[in-house]
Amino acid sequence: MQSTLARPPTAEQIWDWLREIPDPEIPVISVVDLGIVRDVRWHGQDGRQELVVTVTPTYSGCPATSVIMLAIENALRDKGVETLRLERRLSPPWTTDWISAAGRQQLRRYGIAPPPETAGTRSPLSRLGRKPATVTCPRCGSANTAQVSQFGSTPCKAQYRCQDCLEPFDYFKCI
Amino acid sequence: MAVPNPLFEYLLRLGDNCLILGHRVSEWCGHGPILEEDLALANVALDLIGQAKLWLTLAGEVEAEGRDADKLAYLRDAGEFRNLLLVEQKNGDFAFTMTRQFLFDTWHYLLLRELRRSTDSRVAEIADKAEKEAAYHLERSGDWVVRLGDGTQESHRRMQRAVNILWPYAGELFEMDEIDDALLRPGVSVDLAALRHPWHEHVGAMLEQATLEQPKSGWAQRGGKRGIHSEHLGFLLAEMQFLQRAYPGASW
Repeated sequence: MQSTLARPPTAEQIWDWLREIPDPEIPVISVVDLGIVRDVRWHGQDGRQELVVTVTPTYSGCPATSVIMLAIENALRDKGVETLRLERRLSPPWTTDWISAAGRQQLRRYGIAPPPETAGTRSPLSRLGRKPATVTCPRCGSANTAQVSQFGSTPCKAQYRCQDCLEPFDYFKCI
Repeated sequence: MAVPNPLFEYLLRLGDNCLILGHRVSEWCGHGPILEEDLALANVALDLIGQAKLWLTLAGEVEAEGRDADKLAYLRDAGEFRNLLLVEQKNGDFAFTMTRQFLFDTWHYLLLRELRRSTDSRVAEIADKAEKEAAYHLERSGDWVVRLGDGTQESHRRMQRAVNILWPYAGELFEMDEIDDALLRPGVSVDLAALRHPWHEHVGAMLEQATLEQPKSGWAQRGGKRGIHSEHLGFLLAEMQFLQRAYPGASW
């Protein structure tokens, strides 16, 4: 739907539009709930306003990042935003702490165990002090689960299996 | 001899390590011992290639001669690559690949952890992002070293063989030269010699847990950082760069 806007939409309005854009690989969660949209802001002075949307990648090599950038651009242009710039920001690096409560709910309902609320700090050098995170089966709710592999079908997931209902499932790994 | 642009050289080293190891690991795609490991190897490769892109993009900006990450990756010959000899070694078997990964990951994690405090904010930002990924890689490769080392007789034998063959390539990780020195003074780079102790501490503890013997020899193979490579790199580049060499400027 192409339309020309009488006056520029507010940042809140833009955030609402962005909430409708699904992550291309995990379409149950929006790019906003995933926490990768870091900033929405109008820049410039009267007359010449430019919308700047700042996005951070989940993983350095995640191939979805460029698809997400394109989806954001298409969506906002469809809404009639004409002057738009997308910026990629590396720092501070994305953390699963930024996934919203709603996003966690959506992941669980989709069959992906969400990461814990806070990533905390841990060191890969201290193996002894390393306690595996308690991962709850998104299907039956059992905490009796085991890691199958540290990586899954996308860079952001690991593979688990429920020892009670025996279902394999994805775990959104915590970073 | 003073190097005209030490930061450019330094960024090539960081980027080339990731690029060459990323390519090596990607060679496993479709050949992993089990599906889960195939996926995991491809994911590690993806992280490393993503990091390589960040470093090489910055290198191109610092050089300011119009080369982007793709040009630097696809249009340099072996002598212009600045990666460590360790990362260009062939995959061998799964034990060999995981041992190479573990020796690299331990160093890479320690290096990135320090680089996060670089006085060059562009370097610090990339390190901050990459460190999280390197930490995850290290957990995984360390787990495999223990599992295979302290596994069956056959897996133990293969792991010990891999450790023995790869050990001489570890020395180069901690060598400082004039480029490292030039960047260490203003706080841009890291004192590699200072990483030696924590590296040995972790690697030693893990090898012990894996019931593997740490080789006694301290003799080191060196040269990669200065562009003197083993014969393996040329073959790797022939595959990696084929498309851009055969069809210059091709894009899609």
